[in-house]
Amino acid sequence: MQTLNFEFPADRPPARRAHVGVAGSGDLEVLMTPGPAGVARVRVRTSVDGFDTVWRVVLERFFARHRVAAGFELNDSGATPGVVTLRLRQAVEESMEEGSA
Amino acid sequence: MRFSFIELDARGRAFALLDGGTGGELCGPFERIESPWLEPQDVVPQSDDGVVVVRGKLDGRSAVVIGIEQAFQGGGIGEVSGMKLATALSLAARDSRAGVPTAAVLLLETGGVRLQEANLGLATVAEVCSALLELRALQPVVGVIAGMLGCFGGMSIAAGLCTELIMTREGRLGLDGPQVIESEAGVAEFDASDHTMIWSIDGGTQRTRTGLADVLVPDDVAAIRSAVIEAVGCGVPAEHRSQRIGELGALLAAVDPADPPKPGDLAAVWGRG
Repeated sequence: MQTLNFEFPADRPPARRAHVGVAGSGDLEVLMTPGPAGVARVRVRTSVDGFDTVWRVVLERFFARHRVAAGFELNDSGATPGVVTLRLRQAVEESMEEGSA
Repeated sequence: MRFSFIELDARGRAFALLDGGTGGELCGPFERIESPWLEPQDVVPQSDDGVVVVRGKLDGRSAVVIGIEQAFQGGGIGEVSGMKLATALSLAARDSRAGVPTAAVLLLETGGVRLQEANLGLATVAEVCSALLELRALQPVVGVIAGMLGCFGGMSIAAGLCTELIMTREGRLGLDGPQVIESEAGVAEFDASDHTMIWSIDGGTQRTRTGLADVLVPDDVAAIRSAVIEAVGCGVPAEHRSQRIGELGALLAAVDPADPPKPGDLAAVWGRG
């Protein structure tokens, strides 16, 4: 298991927090909390060591497109880059929906 | 059209059983009460530790649904997840005594105690059973085993204590899981790769035919919700299955371990065919 921390420039505060996914095989859990302005702060805990560069590239690409100023906690159990991007998008969508927690 | 229950995650299942718009999660993921024992053992934790507690209304009456997430650590029960289960049941008992009768529904998709938290997990399963016994004297505690993982280990004891147990054909119930039996007693005793044989013994159809579970339902949200509502509506029985020791002892006595009946004959041997 490995813990990685990243920061990306961001300027769009989310409406509310969001929680999606499960830290189960091939999947990941994402907790998203509205955070300080101007930055997306990401902490990744992953079951698979040594993929620092892949994580950086996947997250860079996501946050270049979705400049969401929030804290992101990712609990990962070996999700592929595609699944990671889908879960992040799902979290951002949920944070914009009416009536979610 | 059928809408699969087991394909939902634990949170989705808990909310789906309750009346629309009435559910509120307690001790949810943003409380971040995760297991402190996993990270030191190189296991990624989950923010709710794999147990989801949702309070709401079930057909208009107060209820709490406690769902175990089978995708996280095989639904394994650790110190935190076990205490969430036990505390939710205790609080339902407290509310019931205080004039707000609160039934409980347990969604039991679990391999039992989480090995990484061995003794702490065992201790919390004892707390779960104790809280379940406290609540079931006041209000129904309904267990649901929807599949495919099943309900094994210490939590199968909790399942046995439930007021009513609802299973699907895909669900399984057993004290020891197939792989545990095979590794302890050998492949001749139990072949963990033989799915037909496993389901003929542990499966929901067999468990309801032989009276060790009560209701067989399809894997469908509406069917499971109406079975749960009906079970809660039956109230607290004069005597729970687990209290009928004589009856259960007679079932054991009717089986010769040296020459056990075929799974298909067991219901007839027990006079329940």
